[in-house]
Amino acid sequence: MNSLYQLTASQAANLLKNRKISARELTESTLARMDAVEPALKAFLTTTPELALQLADQIDRRRAAGETLPPLAGIPVALKDNLCTRGVRTTAGSRILEGFVPPSNATVVERLLQQGAVITGKTNLDEFAMGSSTENSAFHPTANPWDLQRVPGGSSGGSAAAVAACCAPLALGSDTGGSIRQPASYCGVVGMKPTYGRVSRSGLIAYASSLDQIGPFARTVEDCALLLQAIAGHDPLDSTSSEAPVPDYAAACAHPDVKGMRIGIPEEYFAQGVTPDVDRLVRAAASEYERLGAVVEPCRLPSSEYALAAYYVIAPAECSSNLARFDGVKYGFRTANVAGHIGLTEQTRGEGFGPEVKQRIMIGVYALSAGYYDAYYRRAQQVRTLICREFEEAFHKFDLLLTPTAPAVAFTMGENSDPFQMKLADVCTIPVNMAGLPGISLCCGFSNGMPVGMQLIGRPFEEALLLRAAAAYETAAGPASMPPL
Amino acid sequence: MPLTTEEVRRVALLARMELPEEELASQAQHLNTLLQHVEILQKLNVEGVEPTSHPLPPVNTLRNDEKRPSLAREEALANAPEARDGCFAVPRIVEDNAS
Repeated sequence: MNSLYQLTASQAANLLKNRKISARELTESTLARMDAVEPALKAFLTTTPELALQLADQIDRRRAAGETLPPLAGIPVALKDNLCTRGVRTTAGSRILEGFVPPSNATVVERLLQQGAVITGKTNLDEFAMGSSTENSAFHPTANPWDLQRVPGGSSGGSAAAVAACCAPLALGSDTGGSIRQPASYCGVVGMKPTYGRVSRSGLIAYASSLDQIGPFARTVEDCALLLQAIAGHDPLDSTSSEAPVPDYAAACAHPDVKGMRIGIPEEYFAQGVTPDVDRLVRAAASEYERLGAVVEPCRLPSSEYALAAYYVIAPAECSSNLARFDGVKYGFRTANVAGHIGLTEQTRGEGFGPEVKQRIMIGVYALSAGYYDAYYRRAQQVRTLICREFEEAFHKFDLLLTPTAPAVAFTMGENSDPFQMKLADVCTIPVNMAGLPGISLCCGFSNGMPVGMQLIGRPFEEALLLRAAAAYETAAGPASMPPL
Repeated sequence: MPLTTEEVRRVALLARMELPEEELASQAQHLNTLLQHVEILQKLNVEGVEPTSHPLPPVNTLRNDEKRPSLAREEALANAPEARDGCFAVPRIVEDNAS
Protein backbone atom coordinates (compact mmCIF):
# COMPACT_ATOMS: atom_id res chain seq x y z
CA MET A 1 0.00 0.00 0.00
CA ASN A 2 1.01 3.61 -0.52
CA SER A 3 2.15 5.61 2.46
CA LEU A 4 -0.81 7.16 4.22
CA TYR A 5 0.16 10.70 3.21
CA GLN A 6 -0.21 9.72 -0.45
CA LEU A 7 -3.87 8.76 -0.06
CA THR A 8 -6.49 10.97 -1.63
CA ALA A 9 -9.00 12.44 0.81
CA SER A 10 -11.73 10.11 -0.50
CA GLN A 11 -9.54 7.02 -0.08
CA ALA A 12 -8.51 8.12 3.40
CA ALA A 13 -12.13 8.88 4.34
CA ASN A 14 -13.12 5.30 3.45
CA LEU A 15 -10.29 3.79 5.46
CA LEU A 16 -11.11 6.04 8.41
CA LYS A 17 -14.78 5.17 8.27
CA ASN A 18 -14.02 1.44 8.23
CA ARG A 19 -11.49 1.90 11.05
CA LYS A 20 -8.64 0.56 8.91
CA ILE A 21 -6.61 3.60 9.89
CA SER A 22 -6.91 6.24 12.60
CA ALA A 23 -6.97 9.98 12.11
CA ARG A 24 -3.83 10.16 14.27
CA GLU A 25 -1.94 7.74 11.98
CA LEU A 26 -3.01 9.69 8.90
CA THR A 27 -2.10 13.00 10.49
CA GLU A 28 1.27 11.75 11.75
CA SER A 29 2.12 10.46 8.29
CA THR A 30 1.15 13.80 6.74
CA LEU A 31 3.16 15.78 9.32
CA ALA A 32 6.20 13.54 8.75
CA ARG A 33 5.90 14.15 5.02
CA MET A 34 5.79 17.90 5.68
CA ASP A 35 8.92 17.65 7.83
CA ALA A 36 10.69 15.73 5.09
CA VAL A 37 9.94 18.04 2.15
CA GLU A 38 9.39 21.47 3.71
CA PRO A 39 13.07 22.44 3.88
CA ALA A 40 13.18 22.27 0.07
CA LEU A 41 9.58 23.22 -0.70
CA LYS A 42 8.74 25.99 1.81
CA ALA A 43 5.03 25.75 1.09
CA PHE A 44 3.99 26.76 4.60
CA LEU A 45 4.30 29.96 6.62
CA THR A 46 3.01 28.30 9.78
CA THR A 47 2.57 24.63 10.60
CA THR A 48 0.24 23.54 13.36
CA PRO A 49 1.32 20.00 14.32
CA GLU A 50 0.01 20.18 17.89
CA LEU A 51 -3.38 21.50 16.83
CA ALA A 52 -3.53 18.88 14.07
CA LEU A 53 -2.86 15.96 16.41
CA GLN A 54 -5.32 17.32 18.94
CA LEU A 55 -8.03 17.56 16.25
CA ALA A 56 -7.16 14.08 14.96
CA ASP A 57 -7.41 12.57 18.45
CA GLN A 58 -10.82 14.18 18.94
CA ILE A 59 -12.02 12.55 15.74
CA ASP A 60 -10.64 9.15 16.76
CA ARG A 61 -12.38 9.42 20.13
CA ARG A 62 -15.70 10.38 18.54
CA ARG A 63 -15.48 7.57 16.03
CA ALA A 64 -14.58 5.08 18.76
CA ALA A 65 -17.69 6.26 20.64
CA GLY A 66 -19.77 5.17 17.65
CA GLU A 67 -20.53 8.59 16.16
CA THR A 68 -21.22 8.82 12.44
CA LEU A 69 -18.92 11.54 11.16
CA PRO A 70 -18.84 13.68 8.00
CA PRO A 71 -16.51 12.53 5.19
CA LEU A 72 -13.90 15.19 6.01
CA ALA A 73 -13.54 14.03 9.63
CA GLY A 74 -9.88 13.27 10.26
CA ILE A 75 -8.68 14.50 6.85
CA PRO A 76 -5.69 16.91 6.86
CA VAL A 77 -6.36 20.26 5.19
CA ALA A 78 -3.93 23.13 4.61
CA LEU A 79 -5.18 26.74 4.51
CA LYS A 80 -3.90 29.70 2.54
CA ASP A 81 -2.57 32.21 5.03
CA ASN A 82 -5.09 34.90 4.10
CA LEU A 83 -7.85 32.89 5.80
CA CYS A 84 -8.32 33.86 9.42
CA THR A 85 -7.76 31.09 11.97
CA ARG A 86 -8.63 31.72 15.60
CA GLY A 87 -5.52 31.51 17.75
CA VAL A 88 -3.22 30.73 14.79
CA ARG A 89 -1.19 33.59 13.36
CA THR A 90 -2.40 34.83 9.98
CA THR A 91 -0.10 37.03 7.90
CA ALA A 92 -1.50 37.22 4.34
CA GLY A 93 2.19 36.98 3.40
CA SER A 94 2.77 40.53 4.63
CA ARG A 95 5.03 42.13 7.23
CA ILE A 96 2.24 44.54 8.03
CA LEU A 97 0.28 41.68 9.60
CA GLU A 98 3.24 40.26 11.47
CA GLY A 99 2.15 38.98 14.85
CA PHE A 100 -1.55 39.08 14.00
CA VAL A 101 -3.52 36.31 15.72
CA PRO A 102 -7.16 36.43 14.60
CA PRO A 103 -9.81 36.42 17.31
CA SER A 104 -12.19 34.43 15.07
CA ASN A 105 -12.25 31.90 12.26
CA ALA A 106 -13.14 32.56 8.64
CA THR A 107 -16.49 30.94 7.88
CA VAL A 108 -14.81 28.34 5.63
CA VAL A 109 -12.44 27.42 8.48
CA GLU A 110 -15.34 27.17 10.91
CA ARG A 111 -17.16 24.84 8.50
CA LEU A 112 -14.09 22.64 8.04
CA LEU A 113 -13.63 22.35 11.79
CA GLN A 114 -17.29 21.51 12.29
CA GLN A 115 -16.85 18.71 9.79
CA GLY A 116 -13.85 17.37 11.62
CA ALA A 117 -11.10 18.44 9.21
CA VAL A 118 -7.57 18.44 10.63
CA ILE A 119 -5.86 21.79 10.07
CA THR A 120 -2.16 21.18 9.42
CA GLY A 121 -0.94 24.69 8.66
CA LYS A 122 -1.10 27.98 6.82
CA THR A 123 0.35 28.12 3.33
CA ASN A 124 2.53 30.70 1.64
CA LEU A 125 1.16 33.29 -0.81
CA ASP A 126 2.09 36.43 -2.63
CA GLU A 127 1.62 39.33 -0.23
CA PHE A 128 -2.13 39.97 0.13
CA ALA A 129 -2.65 37.49 -2.75
CA MET A 130 -1.12 39.95 -5.22
CA GLY A 131 1.06 38.06 -7.63
CA SER A 132 1.37 35.01 -9.85
CA SER A 133 4.44 33.23 -8.49
CA THR A 134 4.43 33.38 -4.65
CA GLU A 135 7.76 35.22 -5.01
CA ASN A 136 6.05 38.33 -3.59
CA SER A 137 5.64 36.71 -0.17
CA ALA A 138 7.29 38.93 2.44
CA PHE A 139 8.72 35.82 4.10
CA HIS A 140 10.16 33.44 1.48
CA PRO A 141 9.40 32.01 -1.95
CA THR A 142 7.90 28.52 -2.40
CA ALA A 143 9.33 25.96 -4.82
CA ASN A 144 7.46 23.95 -7.44
CA PRO A 145 7.50 20.24 -6.44
CA TRP A 146 8.09 19.25 -10.09
CA ASP A 147 11.24 21.37 -10.34
CA LEU A 148 12.55 23.17 -7.28
CA GLN A 149 14.10 25.91 -9.43
CA ARG A 150 10.67 26.94 -10.67
CA VAL A 151 7.81 28.86 -9.10
CA PRO A 152 4.61 27.07 -8.01
CA GLY A 153 2.48 29.86 -9.47
CA GLY A 154 0.44 32.19 -7.34
CA SER A 155 -0.89 33.69 -5.44
CA SER A 156 -2.01 30.42 -3.74
CA GLY A 157 1.37 28.82 -4.55
CA GLY A 158 1.84 27.33 -1.09
CA SER A 159 -1.50 25.51 -1.18
CA ALA A 160 -0.87 24.17 -4.70
CA ALA A 161 2.66 23.02 -3.87
CA ALA A 162 1.55 21.43 -0.58
CA VAL A 163 -1.16 19.36 -2.29
CA ALA A 164 1.09 18.38 -5.22
CA ALA A 165 3.84 17.26 -2.84
CA CYS A 166 1.37 15.28 -0.66
CA CYS A 167 1.87 17.54 2.37
CA ALA A 168 -1.94 17.53 2.51
CA PRO A 169 -4.57 15.86 0.33
CA LEU A 170 -6.63 19.06 0.38
CA ALA A 171 -6.04 22.78 0.67
CA LEU A 172 -7.97 25.99 0.37
CA GLY A 173 -6.88 28.97 -1.69
CA SER A 174 -8.37 32.21 -2.92
CA ASP A 175 -8.69 33.36 -6.52
CA THR A 176 -9.03 36.98 -7.63
CA GLY A 177 -7.58 36.74 -11.14
CA GLY A 178 -6.45 33.10 -11.32
CA SER A 179 -4.76 32.60 -7.95
CA ILE A 180 -6.17 29.08 -7.51
CA ARG A 181 -6.31 27.84 -11.11
CA GLN A 182 -2.92 29.09 -12.30
CA PRO A 183 -0.90 27.51 -9.44
CA ALA A 184 -3.02 24.34 -9.79
CA SER A 185 -1.95 24.28 -13.43
CA TYR A 186 1.74 24.92 -12.61
CA CYS A 187 1.77 22.19 -9.94
CA GLY A 188 -0.34 19.58 -11.77
CA VAL A 189 -3.24 19.45 -9.32
CA VAL A 190 -6.97 20.21 -9.49
CA GLY A 191 -8.02 23.71 -8.45
CA MET A 192 -11.39 25.39 -8.65
CA LYS A 193 -12.62 28.94 -8.42
CA PRO A 194 -16.32 28.62 -7.61
CA THR A 195 -18.95 31.09 -8.80
CA TYR A 196 -18.79 34.51 -7.14
CA GLY A 197 -21.07 34.11 -4.12
CA ARG A 198 -20.92 30.30 -3.90
CA VAL A 199 -18.55 30.33 -0.91
CA SER A 200 -18.62 32.77 2.02
CA ARG A 201 -15.66 35.14 2.20
CA SER A 202 -16.18 36.18 5.78
CA GLY A 203 -12.72 36.02 7.35
CA LEU A 204 -10.84 36.08 4.05
CA ILE A 205 -8.42 39.01 4.12
CA ALA A 206 -9.87 41.00 1.23
CA TYR A 207 -7.94 41.95 -1.90
CA ALA A 208 -10.51 42.93 -4.57
CA SER A 209 -13.99 42.33 -3.27
CA SER A 210 -15.88 42.13 -6.57
CA LEU A 211 -13.47 39.41 -7.77
CA ASP A 212 -12.24 37.40 -4.74
CA GLN A 213 -13.51 33.88 -4.20
CA ILE A 214 -12.32 31.00 -1.97
CA GLY A 215 -11.94 27.56 -3.51
CA PRO A 216 -10.46 24.06 -3.20
CA PHE A 217 -7.21 22.37 -4.25
CA ALA A 218 -7.00 18.57 -4.49
CA ARG A 219 -5.19 15.83 -6.38
CA THR A 220 -8.41 14.42 -7.86
CA VAL A 221 -11.68 15.87 -9.10
CA GLU A 222 -13.58 13.73 -6.59
CA ASP A 223 -11.58 15.29 -3.72
CA CYS A 224 -12.12 18.76 -5.15
CA ALA A 225 -15.88 18.09 -5.05
CA LEU A 226 -15.62 16.86 -1.46
CA LEU A 227 -13.93 20.04 -0.27
CA LEU A 228 -16.23 22.33 -2.26
CA GLN A 229 -19.23 20.57 -0.70
CA ALA A 230 -17.85 21.33 2.75
CA ILE A 231 -17.47 25.07 2.19
CA ALA A 232 -20.26 26.04 -0.26
CA GLY A 233 -23.48 27.75 0.77
CA HIS A 234 -25.00 30.89 2.16
CA ASP A 235 -23.52 32.64 5.18
CA PRO A 236 -25.26 35.49 6.98
CA LEU A 237 -21.82 36.98 7.69
CA ASP A 238 -21.17 37.55 3.95
CA SER A 239 -23.93 39.52 2.26
CA THR A 240 -22.53 38.59 -1.18
CA SER A 241 -22.85 34.86 -0.50
CA SER A 242 -25.67 33.28 -2.48
CA GLU A 243 -28.75 31.57 -1.14
CA ALA A 244 -28.87 29.28 -4.19
CA PRO A 245 -29.16 25.64 -3.04
CA VAL A 246 -25.93 23.62 -2.96
CA PRO A 247 -26.16 20.50 -5.13
CA ASP A 248 -24.55 17.13 -4.40
CA TYR A 249 -21.12 17.53 -5.99
CA ALA A 250 -19.98 13.99 -5.23
CA ALA A 251 -22.94 12.68 -7.22
CA ALA A 252 -21.87 14.87 -10.15
CA CYS A 253 -18.45 13.20 -10.20
CA ALA A 254 -19.88 9.73 -9.74
CA HIS A 255 -21.41 9.85 -13.24
CA PRO A 256 -18.67 11.36 -15.34
CA ASP A 257 -20.52 11.49 -18.63
CA VAL A 258 -20.17 14.23 -21.24
CA LYS A 259 -22.34 12.75 -24.02
CA GLY A 260 -24.10 15.56 -25.84
CA MET A 261 -22.39 18.24 -23.75
CA ARG A 262 -21.59 21.31 -25.87
CA ILE A 263 -18.06 22.59 -25.32
CA GLY A 264 -16.85 25.86 -26.85
CA ILE A 265 -13.20 26.58 -27.63
CA PRO A 266 -12.68 30.38 -27.52
CA GLU A 267 -9.89 31.01 -30.03
CA GLU A 268 -8.69 34.21 -28.32
CA TYR A 269 -7.48 32.08 -25.40
CA PHE A 270 -5.03 30.26 -27.67
CA ALA A 271 -3.30 33.49 -28.76
CA GLN A 272 -1.51 35.82 -26.32
CA GLY A 273 1.73 33.91 -25.83
CA VAL A 274 0.31 30.38 -25.56
CA THR A 275 3.22 27.99 -26.14
CA PRO A 276 2.97 25.28 -28.85
CA ASP A 277 2.94 22.50 -26.22
CA VAL A 278 0.12 24.09 -24.22
CA ASP A 279 -1.85 24.69 -27.42
CA ARG A 280 -1.36 21.07 -28.53
CA LEU A 281 -2.21 19.50 -25.16
CA VAL A 282 -5.36 21.56 -24.56
CA ARG A 283 -6.58 20.86 -28.10
CA ALA A 284 -5.84 17.16 -27.52
CA ALA A 285 -8.06 17.37 -24.43
CA ALA A 286 -10.78 18.91 -26.62
CA SER A 287 -10.46 15.93 -29.01
CA GLU A 288 -10.69 13.59 -26.03
CA TYR A 289 -13.99 15.24 -25.06
CA GLU A 290 -15.21 14.76 -28.62
CA ARG A 291 -14.27 11.08 -28.45
CA LEU A 292 -16.23 10.85 -25.17
CA GLY A 293 -19.35 12.15 -26.93
CA ALA A 294 -19.24 15.91 -26.37
CA VAL A 295 -19.89 18.37 -29.19
CA VAL A 296 -16.80 20.58 -29.48
CA GLU A 297 -16.82 23.75 -31.56
CA PRO A 298 -14.75 26.93 -31.81
CA CYS A 299 -16.23 30.20 -30.55
CA ARG A 300 -15.18 33.85 -30.10
CA LEU A 301 -14.83 36.01 -26.99
CA PRO A 302 -13.08 39.07 -28.46
CA SER A 303 -13.46 41.36 -25.42
CA SER A 304 -11.56 38.87 -23.27
CA GLU A 305 -8.34 40.29 -24.74
CA TYR A 306 -9.09 43.51 -22.85
CA ALA A 307 -9.74 41.73 -19.55
CA LEU A 308 -6.14 41.95 -18.32
CA ALA A 309 -6.03 45.73 -18.81
CA ALA A 310 -9.43 46.21 -17.16
CA TYR A 311 -8.35 43.95 -14.28
CA TYR A 312 -5.27 46.09 -13.64
CA VAL A 313 -7.53 49.05 -13.03
CA ILE A 314 -10.39 47.37 -11.14
CA ALA A 315 -8.41 45.10 -8.80
CA PRO A 316 -5.98 47.83 -7.65
CA ALA A 317 -8.88 50.26 -7.19
CA GLU A 318 -10.63 47.82 -4.89
CA CYS A 319 -7.41 46.88 -3.10
CA SER A 320 -6.56 50.51 -2.40
CA SER A 321 -9.83 50.73 -0.51
CA ASN A 322 -9.59 47.32 1.22
CA LEU A 323 -6.03 47.88 2.39
CA ALA A 324 -6.83 51.26 3.92
CA ARG A 325 -7.52 49.36 7.15
CA PHE A 326 -3.82 48.65 7.71
CA ASP A 327 -2.89 51.76 9.64
CA GLY A 328 -0.82 50.51 12.55
CA VAL A 329 -3.61 51.07 15.08
CA LYS A 330 -5.83 48.02 15.37
CA TYR A 331 -3.52 45.09 14.56
CA GLY A 332 -0.21 44.08 13.07
CA PHE A 333 2.92 46.09 12.51
CA ARG A 334 3.41 49.66 13.75
CA THR A 335 6.42 51.75 12.84
CA ALA A 336 8.88 52.59 15.57
CA ASN A 337 9.24 55.96 13.90
CA VAL A 338 6.13 57.69 15.23
CA ALA A 339 5.59 61.37 14.45
CA GLY A 340 1.98 62.33 15.00
CA HIS A 341 -1.10 60.41 13.99
CA ILE A 342 -0.99 60.89 10.20
CA GLY A 343 2.76 60.27 10.25
CA LEU A 344 2.17 57.04 12.13
CA THR A 345 -0.15 55.78 9.40
CA GLU A 346 2.10 56.91 6.55
CA GLN A 347 5.26 55.46 8.06
CA THR A 348 3.60 52.19 9.06
CA ARG A 349 2.23 51.65 5.56
CA GLY A 350 5.43 52.77 3.85
CA GLU A 351 7.49 50.32 5.91
CA GLY A 352 4.94 47.51 6.25
CA PHE A 353 3.81 46.90 2.66
CA GLY A 354 6.02 45.21 0.07
CA PRO A 355 6.78 46.75 -3.36
CA GLU A 356 4.05 44.96 -5.37
CA VAL A 357 1.35 45.85 -2.84
CA LYS A 358 2.46 49.49 -2.80
CA GLN A 359 2.34 49.60 -6.58
CA ARG A 360 -1.19 48.26 -6.68
CA ILE A 361 -2.38 50.66 -3.99
CA MET A 362 -0.82 53.54 -5.93
CA ILE A 363 -2.49 52.51 -9.20
CA GLY A 364 -5.82 52.12 -7.43
CA VAL A 365 -5.65 55.44 -5.65
CA TYR A 366 -4.65 57.15 -8.90
CA ALA A 367 -7.43 55.49 -10.93
CA LEU A 368 -10.02 56.54 -8.36
CA SER A 369 -8.75 60.08 -7.87
CA ALA A 370 -10.66 63.13 -9.06
CA GLY A 371 -10.21 63.75 -12.78
CA TYR A 372 -9.13 60.18 -13.65
CA TYR A 373 -12.10 58.16 -12.42
CA ASP A 374 -14.02 58.21 -15.73
CA ALA A 375 -11.00 57.58 -17.92
CA TYR A 376 -9.81 54.56 -15.96
CA TYR A 377 -12.13 53.08 -13.36
CA ARG A 378 -15.47 53.71 -15.06
CA ARG A 379 -14.15 52.67 -18.46
CA ALA A 380 -12.69 49.45 -17.02
CA GLN A 381 -16.07 48.65 -15.49
CA GLN A 382 -17.76 49.26 -18.85
CA VAL A 383 -15.29 46.88 -20.51
CA ARG A 384 -16.17 44.44 -17.76
CA THR A 385 -19.79 44.62 -18.91
CA LEU A 386 -18.74 43.74 -22.47
CA ILE A 387 -16.77 40.73 -21.19
CA CYS A 388 -19.75 39.53 -19.12
CA ARG A 389 -22.12 39.90 -22.10
CA GLU A 390 -19.90 37.84 -24.37
CA PHE A 391 -19.75 35.01 -21.86
CA GLU A 392 -23.52 35.14 -21.49
CA GLU A 393 -23.94 34.86 -25.24
CA ALA A 394 -21.44 32.01 -25.49
CA PHE A 395 -23.39 30.11 -22.83
CA HIS A 396 -26.56 30.27 -24.96
CA LYS A 397 -24.77 27.96 -27.34
CA PHE A 398 -22.36 26.05 -25.08
CA ASP A 399 -22.54 24.29 -21.73
CA LEU A 400 -18.84 24.74 -21.03
CA LEU A 401 -15.81 26.52 -22.42
CA LEU A 402 -12.37 24.90 -22.62
CA THR A 403 -9.15 26.95 -22.59
CA PRO A 404 -5.57 26.68 -21.38
CA THR A 405 -5.31 27.67 -17.70
CA ALA A 406 -2.08 29.55 -18.32
CA PRO A 407 -0.22 30.28 -21.56
CA ALA A 408 2.92 28.41 -20.47
CA VAL A 409 4.28 26.03 -17.82
CA ALA A 410 5.77 27.28 -14.53
CA PHE A 411 8.66 29.68 -15.06
CA THR A 412 12.01 29.74 -13.28
CA MET A 413 12.29 31.76 -10.06
CA GLY A 414 13.44 35.30 -10.71
CA GLU A 415 12.89 34.93 -14.46
CA ASN A 416 9.89 37.25 -14.79
CA SER A 417 11.25 40.54 -13.61
CA ASP A 418 8.95 42.61 -15.85
CA PRO A 419 5.77 42.79 -13.78
CA PHE A 420 3.47 43.06 -16.77
CA GLN A 421 5.05 39.97 -18.38
CA MET A 422 4.35 38.14 -15.15
CA LYS A 423 0.75 39.30 -15.23
CA LEU A 424 0.32 37.66 -18.64
CA ALA A 425 0.37 34.33 -16.76
CA ASP A 426 -3.20 35.19 -15.71
CA VAL A 427 -4.51 36.20 -19.12
CA CYS A 428 -6.73 33.09 -19.47
CA THR A 429 -8.10 33.15 -15.93
CA ILE A 430 -8.83 36.84 -15.31
CA PRO A 431 -11.88 37.10 -17.61
CA VAL A 432 -13.57 34.36 -15.55
CA ASN A 433 -13.28 36.44 -12.36
CA MET A 434 -14.50 39.53 -14.20
CA ALA A 435 -17.72 37.66 -15.06
CA GLY A 436 -17.97 35.88 -11.68
CA LEU A 437 -18.09 32.45 -13.35
CA PRO A 438 -16.90 29.11 -11.98
CA GLY A 439 -13.67 27.70 -13.44
CA ILE A 440 -11.65 24.56 -12.78
CA SER A 441 -8.10 23.69 -13.77
CA LEU A 442 -6.84 20.15 -14.17
CA CYS A 443 -3.72 18.60 -15.59
CA CYS A 444 -3.91 17.62 -19.27
CA GLY A 445 -0.31 16.60 -19.90
CA PHE A 446 3.34 17.61 -19.56
CA SER A 447 5.73 19.86 -21.40
CA ASN A 448 9.41 19.11 -20.69
CA GLY A 449 8.46 17.42 -17.44
CA MET A 450 6.28 20.29 -16.21
CA PRO A 451 2.49 19.94 -15.84
CA VAL A 452 0.12 21.76 -18.22
CA GLY A 453 -3.36 22.71 -17.05
CA MET A 454 -6.60 23.12 -18.93
CA GLN A 455 -9.43 25.30 -17.72
CA LEU A 456 -13.13 24.51 -17.94
CA ILE A 457 -15.47 27.49 -17.50
CA GLY A 458 -19.17 27.15 -16.73
CA ARG A 459 -22.35 29.14 -16.19
CA PRO A 460 -22.91 30.69 -12.77
CA PHE A 461 -23.57 28.05 -10.08
CA GLU A 462 -22.93 25.14 -12.47
CA GLU A 463 -19.96 23.80 -10.53
CA ALA A 464 -21.56 20.34 -10.69
CA LEU A 465 -21.36 20.33 -14.48
CA LEU A 466 -17.72 21.46 -14.37
CA LEU A 467 -16.88 18.69 -11.92
CA ARG A 468 -18.71 16.11 -14.06
CA ALA A 469 -16.81 17.13 -17.19
CA ALA A 470 -13.50 17.30 -15.31
CA ALA A 471 -14.11 13.83 -13.82
CA ALA A 472 -14.90 12.47 -17.28
CA TYR A 473 -11.54 13.65 -18.59
CA GLU A 474 -9.70 12.42 -15.52
CA THR A 475 -11.31 8.96 -15.81
CA ALA A 476 -10.34 8.73 -19.47
CA ALA A 477 -6.80 10.06 -18.94
CA GLY A 478 -6.03 7.85 -15.95
CA PRO A 479 -4.61 8.84 -12.56
CA ALA A 480 -2.42 11.93 -12.38
CA SER A 481 1.29 11.35 -11.90
CA MET A 482 3.11 12.46 -8.77
CA PRO A 483 6.05 14.87 -8.68
CA PRO A 484 9.48 13.31 -8.11
CA LEU A 485 9.99 15.11 -4.78
CA MET B 1 1.34 62.28 -20.76
CA PRO B 2 3.61 60.55 -18.23
CA LEU B 3 3.16 61.27 -14.54
CA THR B 4 5.82 63.36 -12.87
CA THR B 5 7.44 62.53 -9.55
CA GLU B 6 5.48 65.43 -8.10
CA GLU B 7 2.16 63.90 -9.15
CA VAL B 8 3.23 60.54 -7.77
CA ARG B 9 4.06 62.24 -4.48
CA ARG B 10 0.46 63.46 -4.38
CA VAL B 11 -0.89 59.95 -5.04
CA ALA B 12 1.30 58.61 -2.21
CA LEU B 13 -0.14 61.27 0.06
CA LEU B 14 -3.70 60.24 -0.88
CA ALA B 15 -2.71 56.61 -0.24
CA ARG B 16 -1.23 57.60 3.16
CA MET B 17 2.06 55.91 2.31
CA GLU B 18 5.41 57.45 3.12
CA LEU B 19 7.71 56.71 0.17
CA PRO B 20 11.38 57.68 0.19
CA GLU B 21 12.65 59.77 -2.77
CA GLU B 22 14.17 56.83 -4.66
CA GLU B 23 10.96 54.85 -4.29
CA LEU B 24 8.92 57.76 -5.67
CA ALA B 25 10.92 57.59 -8.89
CA SER B 26 10.45 53.84 -9.30
CA GLN B 27 6.75 54.16 -8.49
CA ALA B 28 6.43 56.86 -11.16
CA GLN B 29 8.07 54.60 -13.70
CA HIS B 30 5.86 51.67 -12.75
CA LEU B 31 2.67 53.72 -12.85
CA ASN B 32 3.57 55.10 -16.27
CA THR B 33 4.30 51.64 -17.69
CA LEU B 34 1.02 50.31 -16.38
CA LEU B 35 -0.96 53.27 -17.66
CA GLN B 36 0.52 52.57 -21.10
CA HIS B 37 -0.68 48.97 -20.91
CA VAL B 38 -4.20 49.94 -19.91
CA GLU B 39 -4.33 52.52 -22.72
CA ILE B 40 -5.83 49.77 -24.95
CA LEU B 41 -9.09 50.15 -23.03
CA GLN B 42 -9.54 53.44 -24.91
CA LYS B 43 -9.79 51.48 -28.17
CA LEU B 44 -13.11 49.87 -27.31
CA ASN B 45 -16.37 51.68 -27.95
CA VAL B 46 -18.18 51.72 -24.62
CA GLU B 47 -20.69 54.45 -25.38
CA GLY B 48 -23.96 53.74 -23.60
CA VAL B 49 -22.56 50.63 -21.88
CA GLU B 50 -23.51 50.38 -18.22
CA PRO B 51 -20.54 49.81 -15.89
CA THR B 52 -20.38 46.49 -13.98
CA SER B 53 -19.28 46.89 -10.39
CA HIS B 54 -20.25 43.43 -9.24
CA PRO B 55 -20.68 40.17 -11.17
CA LEU B 56 -23.98 39.13 -9.58
CA PRO B 57 -27.26 40.94 -10.20
CA PRO B 58 -27.47 43.67 -7.56
CA VAL B 59 -29.52 42.77 -4.51
CA ASN B 60 -29.98 44.84 -1.45
CA THR B 61 -29.22 42.45 1.38
CA LEU B 62 -30.65 43.29 4.76
CA ARG B 63 -30.36 41.49 8.05
CA ASN B 64 -32.64 41.59 11.03
CA ASP B 65 -31.81 44.34 13.47
CA GLU B 66 -31.02 41.98 16.32
CA LYS B 67 -28.32 41.85 18.94
CA ARG B 68 -25.74 39.14 18.37
CA PRO B 69 -22.52 38.18 20.11
CA SER B 70 -19.51 40.30 19.32
CA LEU B 71 -15.85 40.26 20.32
CA ALA B 72 -15.04 40.96 23.93
CA ARG B 73 -13.10 44.21 24.39
CA GLU B 74 -9.91 42.38 25.45
CA GLU B 75 -10.10 40.21 22.32
CA ALA B 76 -10.61 43.21 20.07
CA LEU B 77 -7.61 44.94 21.63
CA ALA B 78 -5.39 41.87 21.83
CA ASN B 79 -3.73 42.55 18.46
CA ALA B 80 -3.29 46.30 18.91
CA PRO B 81 0.31 47.55 18.76
CA GLU B 82 -0.62 49.76 21.71
CA ALA B 83 -3.69 49.78 23.94
CA ARG B 84 -4.41 51.79 27.05
CA ASP B 85 -7.41 51.94 29.41
CA GLY B 86 -9.44 49.60 27.21
CA CYS B 87 -8.86 51.69 24.07
CA PHE B 88 -6.61 51.66 21.03
CA ALA B 89 -3.76 54.09 21.73
CA VAL B 90 -2.50 56.49 19.06
CA PRO B 91 -0.22 59.52 19.17
CA ARG B 92 -1.84 62.73 20.37
CA ILE B 93 -4.15 64.18 17.70
CA VAL B 94 -5.45 67.33 19.40
CA GLU B 95 -2.87 69.85 20.59
CA ASP B 96 -2.83 70.56 24.27
CA ASN B 97 -4.77 73.82 24.47
CA ALA B 98 -4.00 74.87 28.02
CA SER B 99 -5.76 78.15 28.62
